[in-house]
Amino acid sequence: MTGETLVAVEGLSRRHGQTQAVDAVSFTLKRGQILGFLGLNGAGKSTTMRLLAGVLAPDAGRILINGTDLLDQPRQAKQAIGYLPEQPPLYRELTVDEQLRYSAGLHGLDRAASHRSVARAKIRCGLANVGRRLIGNLSKGYRQRVGIAQALLHDPPVLILDEPTVGLDPIQTREMRALVRELGQERGVILSTHLLPEVQATCSHVQIMRSGRLVFAGALAELRQQRQSACLRIGLNAPPPVADLARLPAVTQIENLGGGQFRLHHAAGAAPTQTLLDQARANGWELWELTPERASLEQIFVELTLGRETAE
Amino acid sequence: MIRVIAARELRGLFLSPLAWTLLAVNEALLAWVFIILVNDFQNTRGRLAALEHAPGVTDLVVAPLLRVAAWGVLLLTPVLTMRLFSEERRAGTIDLLLSAPVSASQIVLGKYLGVLAFLLSAVALMALMPLALMAGATLDGGRVLAGLLGLGLLAASCAAAGLYLSSLTAQPIVAATATFGLLLAFWIVDLGAAQGTASALFGYLSLPRHSDALLLGLVRSEDVAYYLLFSVAFLGLTIRRLDNLRLRG
Repeated sequence: MTGETLVAVEGLSRRHGQTQAVDAVSFTLKRGQILGFLGLNGAGKSTTMRLLAGVLAPDAGRILINGTDLLDQPRQAKQAIGYLPEQPPLYRELTVDEQLRYSAGLHGLDRAASHRSVARAKIRCGLANVGRRLIGNLSKGYRQRVGIAQALLHDPPVLILDEPTVGLDPIQTREMRALVRELGQERGVILSTHLLPEVQATCSHVQIMRSGRLVFAGALAELRQQRQSACLRIGLNAPPPVADLARLPAVTQIENLGGGQFRLHHAAGAAPTQTLLDQARANGWELWELTPERASLEQIFVELTLGRETAE
Repeated sequence: MIRVIAARELRGLFLSPLAWTLLAVNEALLAWVFIILVNDFQNTRGRLAALEHAPGVTDLVVAPLLRVAAWGVLLLTPVLTMRLFSEERRAGTIDLLLSAPVSASQIVLGKYLGVLAFLLSAVALMALMPLALMAGATLDGGRVLAGLLGLGLLAASCAAAGLYLSSLTAQPIVAATATFGLLLAFWIVDLGAAQGTASALFGYLSLPRHSDALLLGLVRSEDVAYYLLFSVAFLGLTIRRLDNLRLRG
């Protein structure tokens, strides 16, 4: 069943007063994908998620959830969504069981089905022992888990998780990521985060948002490739004048790093490695280091979220 | 769906000490009034016996008690309804309702019925006092029922207004203050308008005035319709407001 489109968004826009919080965002989510929404705080991630969950109405655009229009048939579409907002919507005065049963009831589960799905969600999210505890007395990590369990109760094909690992300790974060990966196998998951490692650890696809606009969308692997080895870092014991290096084919820019080390920027996919080796041997440059440098995901992220802003 | 929301609302009320405190205070104050009324009745009974068509225990105890109970409703409702939406907005739990497959009217009706069930149970608790008189006196059952109906309708109207004002703000205390102000305005709107054409309008707007006839045992459709319209109007406004909340954020 992988591959079937679960969420289709076209031209989604939403203003908050003067600021355009979400600006003409379009994307699709297929079953089996875990889509990471990446962006700085205030980039419009949460607003997009609130729009997808039907909590906010868009100014323009269309949202199809599992083939149903969220704006025309909200109740049918919402039945297919499990939503965990930034702050888990839990009543402090209820116990975990009461909260989950209430949420199951809200999603139209009858008594028997509610009983079954609450038990299943509790086991899945490691809540089996805290069923009778008050939510107000639980730690942040447990509340987050109750929030996820709550989003899972009605077995929705689409999960929308807004910063699911915020406030968790490292162990809990790891468990949460494992859970999300597991859930993503038979569903479509959208999660937002401003942490890059989170995307690398959990997601199959990534979308980067800046000032309400989507600046990158694609598979995680694509993002890595996009900046694949655009530089070579070399070390020479007897370096020639920089001008000689600049004459190498496809080299666009040279940084002198000192100590005989240089960074050669070259056109993507046209590394002058062989020529460099030949020349180094012929001219006695004494090459001792040759490393293709890939821009890390971190650099790409920074470039996409900040870099172009200054360029514009 | 409405039942699920109403049940949680009611449960939430009973899980907080606030609701119990309100019930206790209301009941204690009304009990004090009740005792005074019964005592007065006992003291004047001798003189009343000499009169023809003398007012009975329903006139002298039950009706005044219900009149005071109406003030109880005025004081109780703002504190009960203040959290309905504002607390959900403050705590973010409103997201659960808005993202669930339920309509705005279901949410509003659920919350309304939940808080109304609580208010009516407070009325029922109060009604036990005059009903206890049945052990030693004959009550005019029809009049007592009509009076209780009036009180119930009054409570329903106040709750609807409180629900609406609670949806306007994320601060419960602001909602409570505004509700109290609004209800009090409807309470005293007929004061000082003794004569003239305006007084008819102001008299018609007055919330408690419409239960006067009911306290006399007179169930007029005009009064019942007033309370129902009052409630429906505020419920409609709340539904609109909730839809707006999605648009305005």
